[in-house]
Amino acid sequence: MKLRINKLGMMLLLAFAPWAAQAKLNVVATTPDFGSIAREIGGDKTDVNMLARPTEDPHFVDAKPSFIVKLNRADAVVEGGAELEIGWLPRLLDDARNTKLESGAPGHIACNQGIQLMDVPTTLDRSKGDIHASGNPHFMTDPANARIVAQHLAEAFIALDPKSADTYQANLKKFTGELDAKMEEWQKLLAPYKGQQIVAYHDAWPYFARRFGLTIDLFLEPKPGIPPTPAHLAEVIMKMKADKIHVIIVDPYQNRKTAETVARNTGATVVDVTQFPGGVKGTEGGYIQMMDYLVNAVAKALAQKP
Amino acid sequence: MAPTDAGFPEKNVMKFSKLMGWSSAFCLGATLLQAQETNEVEQLKQQLKEATANFDRVIKEQRQIIDSLNHRLDVVQAAMTNLPASAPPVTAEQEQKNRAAAEEKAKLEQQLAAELGTNVAPSMATPAVPLAPAWTPAQPMTVARAGSSYMNISFDTLMVVGSSTAHDPSAQLELGDHDPIKRGFSLRNAEIAVDGAVDPYFKGFGNIVLKLDQNNQTSIELEEAYMVTTALPGNLQVKAGQFFANFGRQNSQHPHTWAFVDDPIILTREFGPDGLRSVAAQVSYLLPLPFYTEAFLGILDGQGGTSFSFRNPGDPDSQGVNRFHGRMTIDRVLEGPQDLVYVPRLASSFELTDQQTLVVGASGAFGPNDTGPHSRTEIYGVDMYWKWKSAHANEGFPFVSWQTEGLFSRFGAAADPTATVPGPLPAENLHDWGMYSQVLWGFKPHWVAGLRGEYADGDTGAFDANDVFRGQRTRISPGLTWFPSEFSKIRLQYNYDHGEFFGDQHSVWMQFEFLLGAHGAHKF
Repeated sequence: MKLRINKLGMMLLLAFAPWAAQAKLNVVATTPDFGSIAREIGGDKTDVNMLARPTEDPHFVDAKPSFIVKLNRADAVVEGGAELEIGWLPRLLDDARNTKLESGAPGHIACNQGIQLMDVPTTLDRSKGDIHASGNPHFMTDPANARIVAQHLAEAFIALDPKSADTYQANLKKFTGELDAKMEEWQKLLAPYKGQQIVAYHDAWPYFARRFGLTIDLFLEPKPGIPPTPAHLAEVIMKMKADKIHVIIVDPYQNRKTAETVARNTGATVVDVTQFPGGVKGTEGGYIQMMDYLVNAVAKALAQKP
Repeated sequence: MAPTDAGFPEKNVMKFSKLMGWSSAFCLGATLLQAQETNEVEQLKQQLKEATANFDRVIKEQRQIIDSLNHRLDVVQAAMTNLPASAPPVTAEQEQKNRAAAEEKAKLEQQLAAELGTNVAPSMATPAVPLAPAWTPAQPMTVARAGSSYMNISFDTLMVVGSSTAHDPSAQLELGDHDPIKRGFSLRNAEIAVDGAVDPYFKGFGNIVLKLDQNNQTSIELEEAYMVTTALPGNLQVKAGQFFANFGRQNSQHPHTWAFVDDPIILTREFGPDGLRSVAAQVSYLLPLPFYTEAFLGILDGQGGTSFSFRNPGDPDSQGVNRFHGRMTIDRVLEGPQDLVYVPRLASSFELTDQQTLVVGASGAFGPNDTGPHSRTEIYGVDMYWKWKSAHANEGFPFVSWQTEGLFSRFGAAADPTATVPGPLPAENLHDWGMYSQVLWGFKPHWVAGLRGEYADGDTGAFDANDVFRGQRTRISPGLTWFPSEFSKIRLQYNYDHGEFFGDQHSVWMQFEFLLGAHGAHKF
């Protein structure tokens, strides 16, 4: 009994031992899209860790114990706030026992703030598939939303670390400047294809479609979260033939074989896309490079005549 | 650059209402100015006439726009449904076309099934509903959604159908309380789970389980009801209430997260049909190490059937005397802190590679038992869980996981000189040990194949031949699970059982699960 008490006492001492003074703001981002913008804004004043890998399905990330440790030591967590991470993040935050990351605390940064989510269901009904109750959470494919997130992150970082405010402001200015210049370029690139249709594997592209005037409303999944079935794919193929749709986009974690089968039957092109920097080769450089890749890849595919 | 795309139809509305506002202001102004000079009146009259004419013209224009939009909408809708706007009767030619299209679709479906190596799924797979219908004002308004309610609430049901060579599978083979209890159908777990934030300091969880017995009578139990602190300093967390003890991996998991239909043999032997749970308090501490290491200490009240190897009165014999491992039990009352059950645990986790995670743990449970005034029980366990998941995982697939637990116990059984089955029982230490090891392979999205092997044994005790919880047993269970979605599953499992006291037995079980509502996220 005595031994146990001694051990417990030692543990308590360790727990209250002050940490080595940490100069940098320790930020954990749930997904690499938020993480990459956090890095742009935080610059050398922050350490940004990311939980989900860019190549994996962000809906189904394992709540690994190592994430608990990362969150336990973080000054801030950056998450989507739109239920994309609902299957794994809440439990991790409970176990992390870090009051800085509490919902409502300055260290809990929900990126959906200030963003109008699309496709908010009016009724909740899972017979329609695994729909997100607060709207479609894949909002970062619209650079206008990335701009809002960057602004929000800069404000949040300044609130947490006022002494580096100038750096965050300067980084924000640099990032939005680059983004604005690129935005014009991207819109010009896709302008000739206004109204054209694209097929996607999962309904994750409404923001991209709206921004660039494309139509992405035909999916290889019959319903969100339900794997493609031959019957549904047959319908998709017939619709693609009827409407002369010749581009299919596939994320790195989705079944490319399914998309290729549909492509073979329609003469369409399969384009590898990603919503996360690093998800496909040539997007490792961050959000702007990823959007650049996306716009160019889609424009190139649309330019090809079927 | 802010998203203003939705502003298009609004612009016309704005123009129109502005005009309305301006013209009404104009009218009001004209009335007030009546007493002014006549030439001014004439002037105003003229202006009013012009404004009215202008107003009428705009109305007429808007009406024309509305008519033309209505017309276009009709045409587009008609085109979408493949029917002319005025819907004339379907011609023979049209019908033939439709049939040809249907045939082409069926052919294509068969071809795709062959190419993708899948079966043509039944009707469920062909929703004729349009994809993502647009919102219209006629749709009902949202009443409740996540984040607008103070708690998650879910209802989860597990049902099993199957058969066994054993006449009564619950007698010797399936000893867990949520396991199938008979040939045919059993429903042993319908749980209502709630969770949410209590206030800024606590989270609360509740689990109420309903079960149907052999005679279809419903029994209800408060499986879990506890609160957890959220704001303690020093990496500490305290849990209090009724909950599953944090011993090993599976003891604290709810049946719907298990990889097999039934509870591992060694767990039912050490912790009884219900698992080790009690009214208790637990403190846990996340160690300041570069890798995950957490230390737990649970302090359990430890009385009753859910503290199986501890202060458990056991079951009544034919004379109505409560017995456990053959011994008459006494109703031990708490004499001091030494009569509580202590459950320490240490767990660590390592990222072996980017795709591989390992969790290892060691646990213990120490406390008194009810066979005598000074008799005590010790249980020790080690556990490990390894998982590989593809870097390109789609909905979490493919993956391979391997879980193993090993347990060892010493049950200090007191003497019972009055026992008649099989005769007077001596004081003896009953040693039990066992393990299970299971591998799961999520080979494609929504499909998991599993294999579990189990072994349990103990030293020989005086009462063993009559004790379903002792004696040597082995079990091999292959299984296949299909998850139509995240919220349902269908599982087929075969059990080969071999036991010292019942020989070879074979069972086949099929399990169904459905989950309604919002359910809290699960642990790794």
